[in-house]
Amino acid sequence: MVGITKSFPGVLANDDVSFEAAAGEVHALLGENGAGKTTLSNILTGLYRPDEGQIELYGELVNFHSPRDALDAGICMVHQHFRLVEPFTVAENVVLGDHRGEGRRFFVHPPSVERRVAELGRSYRLAVRPGARIWQLSVGEQQRIEILKALYREARILIMDEPTAVLTPQEADDLFGTLRAMADEGKTVIFISHKLHEVKAVADRVTVLRGGRTVGTVNAGDATLRSLAALMVGREIQESRRVERPRSTSDLRLLEVDGLVIEGDRGGPAVKDVSLAIREGEIVGVAGVAGNGQRELTEAICGLRDAVEGQIRVGGRRLASGDVRDAIRAGVAFVPEDRLGTGLVPSLSVTSNVALKSYRRSPFSRGPLLALGRMREAALQLIRRYDVQTPGPETPVRNLSGGNLQKLVLGREFESDPLVLVVAQPTRGLDVGAIETVHAYLREAATKGMAILLVSEDLDEIRALADRILVMYEGELVGELEGATADVEEIGYLMAGGHREPESPQERSGMT
Amino acid sequence: MSAGMLASINDDLEVVVLAQAVLYGTPLLFAALGELLAERSGVLNLGVEGMMLFGAAVGYWATLRVHGSDASVLVLAVGAAGLAGAAMAAIHAFLTVTLRASQIVSGLALTIFAGGLGLSAYFGNELHLADHPASHEFGSIDVFGLKDVAVLGPVLFNQSALVYASWVLTLAVGLYLARTRWGLNVRAVGEAPASADAMGINVTLYRYVHVLLGGALAGVGGACYSLLITPGWVAGDTLVNGAGWIAIALVIFAFWRAELCLVGAYLFGGLSALPFALQAHGVTVTPELLQSLPYAMTVVVLVLVSTAFAKRRLGAPAALGRPYAREER
Repeated sequence: MVGITKSFPGVLANDDVSFEAAAGEVHALLGENGAGKTTLSNILTGLYRPDEGQIELYGELVNFHSPRDALDAGICMVHQHFRLVEPFTVAENVVLGDHRGEGRRFFVHPPSVERRVAELGRSYRLAVRPGARIWQLSVGEQQRIEILKALYREARILIMDEPTAVLTPQEADDLFGTLRAMADEGKTVIFISHKLHEVKAVADRVTVLRGGRTVGTVNAGDATLRSLAALMVGREIQESRRVERPRSTSDLRLLEVDGLVIEGDRGGPAVKDVSLAIREGEIVGVAGVAGNGQRELTEAICGLRDAVEGQIRVGGRRLASGDVRDAIRAGVAFVPEDRLGTGLVPSLSVTSNVALKSYRRSPFSRGPLLALGRMREAALQLIRRYDVQTPGPETPVRNLSGGNLQKLVLGREFESDPLVLVVAQPTRGLDVGAIETVHAYLREAATKGMAILLVSEDLDEIRALADRILVMYEGELVGELEGATADVEEIGYLMAGGHREPESPQERSGMT
Repeated sequence: MSAGMLASINDDLEVVVLAQAVLYGTPLLFAALGELLAERSGVLNLGVEGMMLFGAAVGYWATLRVHGSDASVLVLAVGAAGLAGAAMAAIHAFLTVTLRASQIVSGLALTIFAGGLGLSAYFGNELHLADHPASHEFGSIDVFGLKDVAVLGPVLFNQSALVYASWVLTLAVGLYLARTRWGLNVRAVGEAPASADAMGINVTLYRYVHVLLGGALAGVGGACYSLLITPGWVAGDTLVNGAGWIAIALVIFAFWRAELCLVGAYLFGGLSALPFALQAHGVTVTPELLQSLPYAMTVVVLVLVSTAFAKRRLGAPAALGRPYAREER
């Protein structure tokens, strides 16, 4: 793949990405969430069409118009979210869309398809029940069906997108064995992951992506977990972005989280026994790859999600679990990740959005009536003070740019004079100028004495702002570092679960 | 009058009612099979009533326009009705598949647009269809030579070609969905369009084809009224009289399976024929009450299948009613 560029509205997902994989190798694509790995593979499988760049396959230039073209060229992908038809049997899923083998026949003959699928499973030692329906299978079994689909089509290139995210360690080991066996047969396996030890364990070579660009390709044998982490999170360290503030000297703990356990959307704990405390005027950053429990943690503190165990105290007062209004009353302000969807009401005016959290009380309401004039005045004041670029206070907020939306949300939350400010990905998708402004506001808020919990995947941002950095991995806090002196490589190492894998002393000394 | 004679008269009466049940069930069966195909591809089309009315009008118009033997005229008329239905369905397909509009809104709009106060009324009135008496209509044929078999003969084997065609169609649709490669693809498109797309199946194409096929069958179902049951054309929506809505309920009632569509269609057809039977028995019930039976039944069926238990695994296509967009993130 040469010079691939793909943008979505507002996002440049791939920016001039190039990489090559050889036959008979397991080639890993390593990168953080949002680094452009999945977009790249969707282009390779013909699901998206690149804006620029070209794909060469076995020396020939190819141009995929649809997934069928890619399939016919021998490229199969196992998506992170499986592409299976749940009410169908295993055999039906395997022949679906096939127009060469069993599926070519006009009348599908289930027994012969099932026999073929069973044979295939035996030869790769993948245990399957061809007659079973997909919804009856475990996630690990479903993944085997996906691999079987590729084998059935005699794929030459197999792309696995974050395959171990849903597997138990034992299943993951089995998977690595299967992938290795396929590579030994001369197939190419492209393994997409953000987990360092897996990449190191299974890949021959590793191409690292960051921010939609290729950072480099290394031999997995020569790389160490630390050197991979450094490539993944970025070596260039922008010290200039950190602006020192006087360290808070207060001992007043405004936010205390104790033994918090939160259930995730898919069942099972998303946050496991997390405890932390933030003092007056302190910014604590939570670093981690998305999906390791940060979102659940912020939602629980703001009352958007129930805590299964543990408690949250704000200014010494215990919050009722899963009660947003109680959290707001106690002094929690929230700047959510999805600022337009969760933070604001897109079709309502700037004025209405400014009053959204305080319309119930004076001065915005008088008895059952809303004081529209005062709301408008407050909105105008906020627009001036936080420099929100808008045609006027009556403009629906969906027409505002990302930076101005964020200023609006921050302004509204600051004006409520909170004790605790929870901020998630505050600068994602913003331009440099807006980032600087948002950072300045956050520093100012801390100076005024708010306790700020900053969740971000952008390590530069966390290092620029946080007094202390906590690293979250698989729902646990796995490390705490001083903000002023934290080493990016160390953070990246912890983020990728590096602490789980004991490293030999030579490897440590081998890092650059 | 001996007891035996009385019994035989009643037998005859019941046979007539059963034959009527099959007759009245036939348009429902055509329309339901069409809706089944569309829904299995993931597109709900609430425009069945409108497509049937338009098919009825166009089919009847064709019998007035074309000259020739009865058989050739009727075949052409049914074909014209199918094309008319498909043309209406094309509007729905374009709005919901290409433009990804709400399937419910588009379908309701289609019924109003094509229905008894819309296009089919305009078409029929402009061409003065109501002024012309029927010149060609389907008669009963004894294709299997089984007409004289007791009970079954008159009920099943003394029917018109449309009835026999609907049996063949039921079998074909059932086999198509369950056993063929295309049928497998249709079901995949209706259950998990993203998966189907990833496996190289053209989701848009499959949805268009099946929505159009569904429209064609609804058109033919409409023609059953104007060419068979009550040959002729009348303005308004009395000709089809809500059968399109019953057909939509029927698809749910049949758990999205062709063979159960046939059972359901004859059941509802029987409800339509019931008033005559009761009258003949001397039971007097308000005709309005009796005529409302199929619709009341429809409501009951919809309530029953909407319960939480029924919803879990009834066989409704998982992507039914949801437009598919590939690059949506």
